[in-house]
Amino acid sequence: MDLSANRVTAYGSLVVLAAVLIGIPASNVPPFYIAFLYLVFFWISMATSWTILSGFAGYWSFGHAAFFGTGVYTAATLATKFGVPFLLTLPLAAAVAAALGTGVGWLVFRLKRLRGELFALLTISVTFVVATIISNTPIDGGSGVYLISVPVPSLFGSQNGTIYTLGLFFAALSIAVAYWVFSSRMGLGLFAIHDDEDAAEVKGVPTFRYKLAAIALSSGIAGAVGGVYSIYVSYVTVGETFEITVIMYPVVMSIFGGSRHWIGPALGAIIITVALYGFPAGPQAALGRGGVALGLILVVLLLPDGVTPSLLRLWRRWAPKSLVRRSVLPAPMEPMPRLASGSSMANPAPVLECRDVWKGFGGVQALRGVTIDVRPGEILGLVGPNGSGKSTLINVITGHFVLDRGAVVFDGTPIDTLPAHRIAQLGIARSYQIPRPFNHLTVLDNVALAAVFGGGSSESEARREAAHWLGYTGLAAHAFDLPGRINLHERKFLELARALAARPRVLLLDEVLSGLNNTEIDEALNLMRDIRARGTTIIFVEHLMRAVVALSDRVAVLNGGTLIALGTPEETMRDKEVVNVYLGKAHAF
Amino acid sequence: MPPLSLLEQSLITGLLTGGLYGLLALGLSLSWGLLRLVNIGHFAIALLGAYLTWYCGTVLGIAPWWAGLMIIAAFFVYGIGLHWLFMRFRVTEMASMLITFALAIIIESIIQSIWTADFRRYETPWGAQSWVIGALYLPKLSLIAFGVAIALAAATWAWLRYTYVGRALRACAEDAPIATAFGINHRGLSFLLSGLCAAYAGVAGVFIALVATLAPSEIWAWVGVVFAVVIIGKLGNPLGALAGGIFIGVCEAMTMAVVNPSWAPLVSFSVLIAFLLFRPRWI
Repeated sequence: MDLSANRVTAYGSLVVLAAVLIGIPASNVPPFYIAFLYLVFFWISMATSWTILSGFAGYWSFGHAAFFGTGVYTAATLATKFGVPFLLTLPLAAAVAAALGTGVGWLVFRLKRLRGELFALLTISVTFVVATIISNTPIDGGSGVYLISVPVPSLFGSQNGTIYTLGLFFAALSIAVAYWVFSSRMGLGLFAIHDDEDAAEVKGVPTFRYKLAAIALSSGIAGAVGGVYSIYVSYVTVGETFEITVIMYPVVMSIFGGSRHWIGPALGAIIITVALYGFPAGPQAALGRGGVALGLILVVLLLPDGVTPSLLRLWRRWAPKSLVRRSVLPAPMEPMPRLASGSSMANPAPVLECRDVWKGFGGVQALRGVTIDVRPGEILGLVGPNGSGKSTLINVITGHFVLDRGAVVFDGTPIDTLPAHRIAQLGIARSYQIPRPFNHLTVLDNVALAAVFGGGSSESEARREAAHWLGYTGLAAHAFDLPGRINLHERKFLELARALAARPRVLLLDEVLSGLNNTEIDEALNLMRDIRARGTTIIFVEHLMRAVVALSDRVAVLNGGTLIALGTPEETMRDKEVVNVYLGKAHAF
Repeated sequence: MPPLSLLEQSLITGLLTGGLYGLLALGLSLSWGLLRLVNIGHFAIALLGAYLTWYCGTVLGIAPWWAGLMIIAAFFVYGIGLHWLFMRFRVTEMASMLITFALAIIIESIIQSIWTADFRRYETPWGAQSWVIGALYLPKLSLIAFGVAIALAAATWAWLRYTYVGRALRACAEDAPIATAFGINHRGLSFLLSGLCAAYAGVAGVFIALVATLAPSEIWAWVGVVFAVVIIGKLGNPLGALAGGIFIGVCEAMTMAVVNPSWAPLVSFSVLIAFLLFRPRWI
């Protein structure tokens, strides 16, 4: 990194800002402004912590008041009833709130469908359930808790100085955590979850674990912030703690600021807190709340990405060149192919086996005891009429569907009980028939994600490998475009690049050729031959017989969920049953 | 244990409250299940309907049935307008929750600004009337509300199941582009359904005004309960919504009788959690 003068100025001004903010309580700034700044910090940390789960991963939480309130009452109870030193109550408040958040997350995140909706609704309920429990038990008892007598160490000569400093600390901490998540592999995974969670899992993202980690961080910070807030107000009641505005404000601030960026919620919090400053309390407060809610609707409809993207564009245009990170394609690097662990070339044990695989959906039996062994290094064509179970078989092998009976064995180890992301990490990758790119990640990041999570590369390696695969599939010119800007043919190749970036030992291709013209098909066939030459086993589902015959070593034919033929292309194409199925003759019964 | 007659009376109270939950859940279940829009604002307009009924009755002197007809018609139009907004901005299922959550807050704040946060009670000559069977009291208005809930749920179920329009709606919920390719006017039907859902909120509102005490914060008390009802009753299933409502209503009433009324808000939540733990097929 070049430490140009501009860069020094930038870091220098950050240090000065931090010094000024830390020093404010020591100066003779009127207490009124210190209290106002505390409120700004409060909303920054609430909005930023909300974003870590809800903005990044797209799971709207309407339960931030519950986590915040849990923190408020944990700190208040420990400090007043158990005499725990106040500063020590804050980590405990964070822990209790994080435990609550993780519990709610665990309950909903396991579901296959309606996860997002149920999570949002459950978090609304949790808020009122926690409020009910607190007001019905001696924790509050309906009369509120006074914290006046709780001793607080004083900084800068007053208790307010301490509260201010704690507020500043948690605001800075929440932004730091958001930045860290945003720029780590976890952030990449959360953004992929936001766009297409099932695809993310199949590409190797440990979606369940990441979501739990995100909600633990999010609710934990809210809990600690609640602890500080309890001492700030010094009298806490259920009615004011679990208020609808505490639920709504972080959402509005975060979305207005830009909930896909680590700094967005902080900007939104500053702008909205200042804008609402001095709004009259009393009867008008209800209307003010309605006004903010109206603002939320307008932002969601008209500015769903918030103000941060526009500000970043301005920054790129006006800031000194040395401060702007430009998008440069990293130097391509071809990854090492993954080596087989069990079998050797001399003893070609099957790399993948499906043993008597059954899968049904309600009344439809999609697979009825399919047994196929796939030899290392072969190209296996998987054909059959629509609805014969080809896609279901791919979804079972990759772990997206759990099979009802039978086993899938990879390299001699059963994999059918593993979660999809583990299977991807072991070296089984797939492409989707209808491309499912992550629409808010650049083409490069889409491929790098597969290299990180499926291929186990480090992030910097992954970007270089992604550059290689983009070159390989002819997409290098689009590296920094969003997938929405490239055409269908290019998206098909993006699917292929994503699958290859995972360095698969077995590659499952689901109708990569459909929708391509003749030249593009030839291009794709050559690519597939080349991929196999590098040692990857390929199973490809295809309707185009020309390609199947040209490419396959063996062909497996499925019909009605059963394997009706398996052999060389010539053998299977002559098979009576296969001919019947394909020419649509009446069945023999 | 409380005496048996108290339990029996609680059972009846629970059944009747459950009917009201079912009535509230009906519109919600349909818009979530068939339009893929989660309408948190549904509770807010139901409460608005209740306040309007109360206002018409106590201040303007308009009988609840006339007020009800006007409210239902107005809400039908509101539902169409809301759906127009959703279609115009291509609102997704997840974004619909943010928007309707904000709508609920707006409507709550309007109610609170006009009618304050005080409790309101619509006193009618029929309010105190009950049929008495043995030692049990059956309040007339609640019983009528219960009957209306059953009738509406059954009629909607039959409509979805046996008529062309109903089948077309279910086809659209399965796969809108394919349904459109088969000549179904998806847009028109979705406007109709959205209008109906809002009209159902109006019906619920009228009966809420007649049998319950009103306060702006009621909206949030219903959210948890009625969403639990919708989920355990299966999305888009009118009879399921009613059955779920009755189940939760009875559970709540039993908790009130046996444990303590103040713990009732936890019941629906616990039922929902138990339900999610066992993950039945329709989730």
